[in-house]
Amino acid sequence: MDEHANLKKTPFYTMHVKYGGKVVDFGGWALSVQFSGILDEHHTVRRQVGLFDVSHMGEATVKGPQALEFLQQMVSRDIADAKQYQVKYTHFLYPGGGCVDDLMVTKIADNDYYLVINAGNKDKDIAWLKAHVAAFPGAAVEDISDATGEVALQGPFAQATLQKITTEDLAALKYYYVIPRAKVAGIDVMISRTGYTGEDGFEIMCDPKDGEALWEAIMQAGAEFGIKPIGLGARDSLRFEAGMPLYGQELDAWTSPLEARLARYVSMDKPLFIGREALQLRQAEGLKKVLVGLEMIGRGIARHEYPVLDGAGQAVGYVTSGMYSPTLEKNIASAYVPPELSAVGTELAVEIRGKAVAAKVVKLPYYKRAKK
Amino acid sequence: MAFPAGYKYTKSHEYIKVEGNTGYVGLTAYAQDQLGDIVFVELPEVGQEVTQGEPFGVVESVKAVSDCYSPVSGKVLAVNDKLNDEPGTINTDPHGEGWIVKVELADAAELANLMDVAAYEKHAEEEAKAGHH
Repeated sequence: MDEHANLKKTPFYTMHVKYGGKVVDFGGWALSVQFSGILDEHHTVRRQVGLFDVSHMGEATVKGPQALEFLQQMVSRDIADAKQYQVKYTHFLYPGGGCVDDLMVTKIADNDYYLVINAGNKDKDIAWLKAHVAAFPGAAVEDISDATGEVALQGPFAQATLQKITTEDLAALKYYYVIPRAKVAGIDVMISRTGYTGEDGFEIMCDPKDGEALWEAIMQAGAEFGIKPIGLGARDSLRFEAGMPLYGQELDAWTSPLEARLARYVSMDKPLFIGREALQLRQAEGLKKVLVGLEMIGRGIARHEYPVLDGAGQAVGYVTSGMYSPTLEKNIASAYVPPELSAVGTELAVEIRGKAVAAKVVKLPYYKRAKK
Repeated sequence: MAFPAGYKYTKSHEYIKVEGNTGYVGLTAYAQDQLGDIVFVELPEVGQEVTQGEPFGVVESVKAVSDCYSPVSGKVLAVNDKLNDEPGTINTDPHGEGWIVKVELADAAELANLMDVAAYEKHAEEEAKAGHH
């Protein structure tokens, strides 16, 4: 009997079942929220190595002689200077400055770019790209999501694990670069030194038919390092501690990368991209809100959309993400507040079930791995 | 999954272990398994009145916030302060050290509204099959 008959399945679905994942409906996908437990999985990635199914992510290619010209208009970051095989984190913006999505752009070659976009925004993004590409006859957008399986291998032993099953020299693969054609355990893949955890690691794209074999080969290679499968729960807690934004929480259609403290990924000196004028206006007028880190002083966990209060008890902002931090062993949150209340040390409160619970502004990100 | 005999159970997955006119209230093994790692517990005050079927406290896992519903009406005689520092006790020993409150029963007749272990086992099994989380 197939108890997830109504859900989309990734190429790794049988692995979720085999490895005891607690499978849930995640935006229409059958994915595990956890395997051994969120805390255990979180610590496994910080200390050893973990394997994630991230096949729900969307992938697209942009190709043709006008590919770069087209993408330069679509993303807020200047990608003209991207080196071959380099990955750049950037945003699609609406003309009003809010985010359509955040994404990764990889330059495979001149006239050949590879995009990784959010699962929940995939259809919207593809429609957005296709609507605009019409003006660029020399550029073509292709949604290759259904033809792509993707896993993330993350943690201090990610490289040691993967090196056992590939002849590529992984030590030579720099952070935010890819090897577009590689073999892992004899399987054709693309290896990208990227991730969403704050740890070193890789994202590996494969043909869906090879999913199970790739998963099992990695699990076997990582056994000596204590590898475990990791679910969506720990994916969220890991990215949150590392200060990485999640669309729908830190970013949305009204929020620009400037408020989210992602200005370093925005190239205001690029003369033309969708949303540029709106960002200039926001800069000129001053931002209405900025993202801060909060540490709870009182007892309680601030959750998504809980109001943030000033000293007088007035609602001045809202929580975007909040949880118990397994690494810091503290209750922390991210929130939007007015710039004048954003200085580190500012005392605020979060309204939790009708009560004001004291919190203070702390530095972002909460967690940064020690550089080797 | 095994649940202790002699306890009474709610549809919302709380138990009460009755001793005379008092009882220990907590979450069942099924509830803690569904919630996952519990990282925070909001306990009521000692002396607070609770009502059958109404919330008396909150437990939070990494992902979710859940109300705890009182199996009986009565008064809170004691709270398990240990859960403030070690909320995970609800995961490791839900029916024992992981109790949440001790209550004085206002009306023992209310116990007739609760399930015995056989009925609860069936209820939990059905929910698990239906894929409730």
